[in-house]
Amino acid sequence: MASFLTNNVEVVAIVLFSIGFTSLLLHKNLVKKIIGLNIMDTAVDLFLASMGYVQGKTAPIVENGIVEASSYINPLPSGLVLTSIVVSVSVTALMLALTVRLYHRYHTLNVDEIYLLAREEVRRK
Amino acid sequence: MSWMNDIPLFSLIACLVCAAVSSVLKARAARNVTLGLLTAVFAGAVALTARGVLENTNVTYWMGHYPAPWGNEIRFGILEPFLTALFSGVIAACIVGGNRHLLSDVEEVHLNRYYVMLDLLLAAIQAIAYTNDIFTAYVFVEISTLASCGIMILRHTGRTTLAAVRYMIFSLVGSGLFLMGVIILYDLTGHLLIVPIHEKLVSLAQSGNYHLPMTVSIALMILGLGIKSGMFPFHFWMADTYGASTPASSGILSGVVSKIYIFLAVKVITRVTGTELFYETGLQNVLYGFGIAAMIVASVSALRENDVRRMLAWSSAAQVGYIYMGLGLGTPEAMLAVIYQILAHSLTKALLFLSASSLSDASGGSHSFHDLQGAALRNVPAGIAFTTGALSMVGIPLFMGFVAKYLFMTAALHVENKALLAVVALVVSAILNTAYFLRTVIRLWASEGNERFSPFRPSAGLVAACAVLVLANLAVGYYSQPVISVIQMGINLLG
Repeated sequence: MASFLTNNVEVVAIVLFSIGFTSLLLHKNLVKKIIGLNIMDTAVDLFLASMGYVQGKTAPIVENGIVEASSYINPLPSGLVLTSIVVSVSVTALMLALTVRLYHRYHTLNVDEIYLLAREEVRRK
Repeated sequence: MSWMNDIPLFSLIACLVCAAVSSVLKARAARNVTLGLLTAVFAGAVALTARGVLENTNVTYWMGHYPAPWGNEIRFGILEPFLTALFSGVIAACIVGGNRHLLSDVEEVHLNRYYVMLDLLLAAIQAIAYTNDIFTAYVFVEISTLASCGIMILRHTGRTTLAAVRYMIFSLVGSGLFLMGVIILYDLTGHLLIVPIHEKLVSLAQSGNYHLPMTVSIALMILGLGIKSGMFPFHFWMADTYGASTPASSGILSGVVSKIYIFLAVKVITRVTGTELFYETGLQNVLYGFGIAAMIVASVSALRENDVRRMLAWSSAAQVGYIYMGLGLGTPEAMLAVIYQILAHSLTKALLFLSASSLSDASGGSHSFHDLQGAALRNVPAGIAFTTGALSMVGIPLFMGFVAKYLFMTAALHVENKALLAVVALVVSAILNTAYFLRTVIRLWASEGNERFSPFRPSAGLVAACAVLVLANLAVGYYSQPVISVIQMGINLLG
């Protein structure tokens, strides 16, 4: 229990990850799925950023001539967060584009309904 | 010959340049650029494989001016260029053979984008194969997901779009889990390069600390890659994805994209954790169970299927099951079988998807078995190609599939407590394979019921691609020993 309290950021990140993960998998609505995906990515970013953060230290930009590495936080996880944001933005854009295309065709966002409509379309052909 | 060390970097850059150039070209020119690129990448990778075999060493290449713990690296021995050569060859065969369908499935003005996506996919595949950095691998896993979704959705039908959404959802879940695993691993070790991670993990394991987080992170990475490559019970997207795409994309997705994730999983097992450490976690038993289940369940699904392309997709799921069963056995012999199976399945599945599409062209575009009756007689070259692929899948001697099954069988017999179940599953799966593939082949060559459709001339590209794949299948099946020893050398260098 004590380790849950000291690692509260990580715990929040894991909870958010699970929320995002389950909504991505289980929600029927495509837009909610995409929101779930974004929550999942945000959780990963939070986890990463918290790992690189050192209490009381600042971003690794040399100010006032302080050059010792120990005065700054670890910059690598921040770099990874940036990469991960870029990835999640592009993935979200693609998913939204696919959703728009499906909505134009079937006028619904429910995956199950789209599935039935698509099957019917194939059968009619 | 130190200039050869630059080949991976330059073929990566060439892919990106070709992708940019293709985006402003007409479809035909973009196709020629991509074919030229594939030839160049293939030639470079073959040269690197040959050098790797002659010198039998790994090369580590700095990507930038900083050494190991800081800079990024690529590293290659034998298997990395070997698989790059295989995959670029299969992609080339798929786009040559599937060209007629590409022209009809994708609008002419958008067709150049297909080749843009292929160039990016090729870049991602090479990067995943060569990289020595686990986060770089993650980034390129995502790029390959986006690119492979791209080659699906250029076919504008409702079913394809829906299949693409499903594929994306499973892929994103997979890469999310993989990323989480990578981050926990970074948290534990403080490194992203594979070699220092491995050293840290070994010392952590010796100290006995952090055993649970280590197991969780490795499990997340393997599970993520498993979902992306279609491991049981996450294989349900495969039938839609491979069944609804244009034939070239089906061949590429099943023969190349899912295999590169498996190779990354092999890299995680052999290099990040090291085989010994991985087999201490007990995760191999899970892979073994999933693999065995896939071999049976997916084969039963294939048997019940009435659409030839969906049947091939289920068969892919079963073949991926063989691979995970092999990883679960956890011996060097099984690893050899796994890599050989990647080679065999990649070549054979591309051949089957291409020939099946041509056979359904000879049956009014239908994929159902009822309409395919006698299709091989109307379209003899595709019929021969499909039959070759089917015989290889079933495991008839002389073909590659036989050698793969033989290797799995001998590997299984050497593992005491897993031998019985593995051998039973291999036999049952072989019987099921025989049932659904031979049923199809017999139907294809049946002489009744083919009056409705007229004889069909397959395109020259399709015949050429099928001929190359058939010859490759026979050659590697018949002269399997040299290939096996090359793979064995590669595995020794990997671990």
